[in-house]
Amino acid sequence: MATAAIHNPTATHHDEHHDHAHHHETFLTKYVFSQDHKMIAKQFLITGIVMGVIAMILSILFRIQLAYPDQSFPLFEVLLGKFAPEGRLDPNFYLSLVTIHGTIMVFFVLTAGLSGTFSNLLIPLQLGARDMASPFMNMLSYWFFFTASVIMLSTFFIESGPAGAGWTIYPPLSAVAKSMPGSGLGMTLWLVSMTLFVASSLIGGINYISTVLNMRTKGMDLWKMPLTIWSFFLTAIVGLLSFPVLVAAVVLLIFDRSFGTSFYLSDIYVAGQALPNEGGSPILWQHLFWFLGHPEVYIVLMPALGITSEVIATNARKPIFGYHAMVYSLIGITVLSFIVWGHHMFVTGMNPFLGGVFMITTLIIAVPSAVKTFNYLATLWKGNIRFTPAMLFAIGLVSFFISGGLTGIFLGNAALDINLHDTYFVVAHFHLVMGSAAIFGMLSGIYHWFPKMFGRLMNAKLGYLHFWLTFISAYLVFFPMHFMGLDGVPRRYYSFTEFESMNEWLSVNVFVTWAAILGAVAQVAFLWNFFYSIFFGEKSTQNPWESTTLEWTTPVERIHGNWPGEIPTIYRWPYDYSKPGHSTDFIPQTTPLSETMSSNMPHDFEGNEEAERIQEEWNAKNVNNTEEVK
Amino acid sequence: MNTVAKLDEVKTTPWSGGRSPFSVEYGKLMMWFFLLSDAFTFSAFLIYYGAQRFSKLTWPDPDIVFQSIPGIADHGYPLVFVGIMTFILIMSSVTMVLAVEAGHRKAKKEVIWWMVATIIGGFMFLGCQALEWTHLHHEGFWWGTIPDAETVKALGADGVSAQQFSNLFFTITGFHGFHVFSGVVINIIILFMTMAGVFERRGHYLMIEKVGLYWHFVDLVWVFVFTFFYLV
Repeated sequence: MATAAIHNPTATHHDEHHDHAHHHETFLTKYVFSQDHKMIAKQFLITGIVMGVIAMILSILFRIQLAYPDQSFPLFEVLLGKFAPEGRLDPNFYLSLVTIHGTIMVFFVLTAGLSGTFSNLLIPLQLGARDMASPFMNMLSYWFFFTASVIMLSTFFIESGPAGAGWTIYPPLSAVAKSMPGSGLGMTLWLVSMTLFVASSLIGGINYISTVLNMRTKGMDLWKMPLTIWSFFLTAIVGLLSFPVLVAAVVLLIFDRSFGTSFYLSDIYVAGQALPNEGGSPILWQHLFWFLGHPEVYIVLMPALGITSEVIATNARKPIFGYHAMVYSLIGITVLSFIVWGHHMFVTGMNPFLGGVFMITTLIIAVPSAVKTFNYLATLWKGNIRFTPAMLFAIGLVSFFISGGLTGIFLGNAALDINLHDTYFVVAHFHLVMGSAAIFGMLSGIYHWFPKMFGRLMNAKLGYLHFWLTFISAYLVFFPMHFMGLDGVPRRYYSFTEFESMNEWLSVNVFVTWAAILGAVAQVAFLWNFFYSIFFGEKSTQNPWESTTLEWTTPVERIHGNWPGEIPTIYRWPYDYSKPGHSTDFIPQTTPLSETMSSNMPHDFEGNEEAERIQEEWNAKNVNNTEEVK
Repeated sequence: MNTVAKLDEVKTTPWSGGRSPFSVEYGKLMMWFFLLSDAFTFSAFLIYYGAQRFSKLTWPDPDIVFQSIPGIADHGYPLVFVGIMTFILIMSSVTMVLAVEAGHRKAKKEVIWWMVATIIGGFMFLGCQALEWTHLHHEGFWWGTIPDAETVKALGADGVSAQQFSNLFFTITGFHGFHVFSGVVINIIILFMTMAGVFERRGHYLMIEKVGLYWHFVDLVWVFVFTFFYLV
């Protein structure tokens, strides 16, 4: 093998890069077409925040429609023009709002914004690498994502409005342009945007995987990686294997829309006229879509779980409870996520036996999820908890993960799902377990690693205000929806006053809308805090949270190449918090075992008998002293 | 305290960090993962194809659909032409292997010639595919269109299955052809880089190996596409 002769060429490559990078950096290469993973992380984060705010405003617009279906708001007409004639939202535009809200939140905020930010920031920093495996591909990944974002938003400025078939764009609605305005040009652009998005996530994903496998520093074996890295690594694998299936599905849909094929179409009448298409099956779209769509839920959630593990362990000043169990449960979720997609399709007329299989695999996912939950709680148990804003958001994630996860067990049940399918119960479930939980994980990460990104701290008081308002309003918004769903109120309906049976829920809708407005206003506290602190926040020290992981050994100034000298070596796992016998309550991963003789345990030596013997000798010599101290 | 240093020995096993566990350069690793991902795209297409085909009562008989050799005979030679196409593509994989092998020996001239041969093979395959498409198009197949009912019946199919066959054939072989085309473009870029001496200066011809991986993958995918559309 020729490769054997070239021992890790990446290392040399990056050192070269490191040497000449400082010389000629212009505004363009530093802030725009940057190849530094830390800058790319910030680009992903800020784009993600902007997209998040836009998607949140869209949700407020349709919440107002749901609360006051018969009222006219002249301001709407001023802002939205013909999308809100006479101050009332156009029904088609309402569907577009729902669609784009879902698309942006799921893909642009919680996939690219979350993975893109923290995988880029933390993989090289926590593993001890100068940069990503391929900094150029990394830059490309961001610019594909940016272009996808621009195209997605541009659909608000076209005649027929944005895509309106829901974020799952089920055909035939999405395939037949005549069926509604939202299936016209807006849908075409949606498909173009998503194709670019998949390209971005593919390029990003292979970069993350290669970096984790190839570029760990000396001593960083897989079982010494922080749980954040494990979660980013497995997330990237899930994305790598599920997004391409969406590409195949989208290609077929594009042909159905533009080239007269019948992949998803058969026996359709539109406006009294029969379409010529025969022989296709819309159910096949659902299979292909949910083969991505369900793993996507874990693409969204797993990075948030990883971030939470790290933040909770750091701020409880305790080792994460069950580190290995945490990793195995992530692996379990990764594997299971590919064989549960059918639970979105229980009511499509699928064979009840097949439904039963999907039900069992779905319910099995509760096991690794519960392992994670209990491990979070056990880590908090009797910890010296420091309630930083990041910690509050991490605990908030655990709360949402429990309350949203429990309803997942209801919905995973094929028999119960007949009643609950496509009702507000589903909306409540996934907004808690993947929406709120994942966004809390992301916010937790932002508060925690803000000093690493910008060298300054965010204001804690504003953080507390942000947390409590968001936490309370999230529950006020989504909790009542469970009851609406149990009563059979369907999703995506434009106006509740049109249906006798839903009339009584109007008052609840008013309440939910005002809670949502409260939640939206609370984000102002965050946005102000975030952007103000970038420039004027309190200057951070090198290791503000007294954390053990490698990223806090880099200088505050965030230089290209991360460490000024040699990359540090790793001697221990990432969770040596409050280790008995040590003088401080944390021991960084870079501290050699020889400097912590008073706290070393036999298993720290991983079977190195010589080292164990030396430690025993030391113990025998020093045990008397310890006795005296006691 | 010399003995204490024994405590700080870091393991040097493949997975202990500080090196690539497979002794593989990052670009090659990325190529492997890209191919894994792409394999899922093609799998999705072919699974869709299977789902369609098995839900239809009839399906056009490939021995009847594909029996012409463009420019020589209009019918009577089932699967001969596609056999030639497949042979050409597989031969281009062989020349690619030889290019990679020449790269290991750092024999620049040989790399160039084998790459040229591979590119010619790629273009020949694409040309054959164009002829195949044109032939089917003349018979009346295209996205959303099929020949008249009589012709369809002679193929052993009905209107619906012939339509699905036609749609899937052009979409999936088209998607594969697009991959071959991208491969040829990449091969040309690599050829020019070799001629310009980029790899000679770099000291290794790893890039040829990475592009080779892609080319073999495209070849392998064709074997599956060929099997599903022409053989079964």
